[in-house]
Amino acid sequence: MIPNVLMRLALEFGMLSLAAVGGVNAIIPEIQRRVVVVEGWLSNADFAQAFAIAQAAPGPNLLVVSVIGWKAAGIAGALVATFAICGPSSVLTYGVSRIWDRFREVPLRIAIQEGLAPVTVGLVLAAGFVLARTVDEGPGAVALTVLSAAAVLAMRIHPLWLLALGAAAGAAGWL
Amino acid sequence: MIPEPRAARPPIAAPGVWRLFAGFLKVGLQGFGGVLPFARRMLVEERRWLDERAFVEVLSLSQFLPGPNIVNVAVIVGQRFHGVAGAVVAVLGLLTMPFAIVLALAAAYANWAHVPALRGAAYGVTAAATGLVIATGFRMGGPIRRRRWQLGVAVATFAAIALLRVPLLAALAVLAPVAVAIAWRTR
Repeated sequence: MIPNVLMRLALEFGMLSLAAVGGVNAIIPEIQRRVVVVEGWLSNADFAQAFAIAQAAPGPNLLVVSVIGWKAAGIAGALVATFAICGPSSVLTYGVSRIWDRFREVPLRIAIQEGLAPVTVGLVLAAGFVLARTVDEGPGAVALTVLSAAAVLAMRIHPLWLLALGAAAGAAGWL
Repeated sequence: MIPEPRAARPPIAAPGVWRLFAGFLKVGLQGFGGVLPFARRMLVEERRWLDERAFVEVLSLSQFLPGPNIVNVAVIVGQRFHGVAGAVVAVLGLLTMPFAIVLALAAAYANWAHVPALRGAAYGVTAAATGLVIATGFRMGGPIRRRRWQLGVAVATFAAIALLRVPLLAALAVLAPVAVAIAWRTR
């Protein structure tokens, strides 16, 4: 008898896998909405912490779902959530990759790509906005968010420096 | 540009299954704050499994197909050299160690969460990481600036998700087909 929470983790993240057009960044608001509001597995604070841990660790930021799964249902939850966020999309990618050569110059393929590109931009910017509203609890944090964005865009500073700066500022109580 | 037939494009140096695993293992362990640059370095510069043009194409495909971008990259590259086994091995190489590390960090954090400095540090990391997401969005926005309809779609998507908080699947169900239809009409 598979625990209900594992099945729900699989279902939620499996669906999100196929909706993650543009990557995990694009679905962060939806992840937050589903795990905090809809399923109630985590509080907002827990979600923010999961996000921080996934950013601080090496590897892709999809690992935020691993932490969420772990908080919801231990190691089994972490495994199920991770597998679910990767599985469905990987199957699709595998299939498309195999027949890609045939479709490279097909006009519909080009239209799909050109249509989805701005959608993913909107999704990722929305993700940043929603995250900022959810996790930034004071002017110091907002300032750090804006500064980090600007530093990466204007000065091409490596993201790791900004995460370190954030950790130091936060630990020192400046935020 | 005449597309070359498949047979005329041999891989630069075809890796075996274990090399695939090792290559992506290294990428996963390096990827602090963004894995894709390391993937590019491993694939194009260090191991030379793809040339620059092939990588750009793989990346573009990885981004417009749903799912974590770097996982898509691993699946495509793995598939190209060793079919299903290659795809599986590449993804496992990429994720296994980071997965273990992330859980270890989460467990450690849970133990020490009562320390204010640690909670503060996590809070700071989140604030900075949020800025990184915003920066990524703007960077992605570069190529679409030239066409007004694409700007419109991006703004509409942003408004739907961030301001109106429409559920993602509902928003995509409307916005994606509309955007593709416009792209088709203006081709």
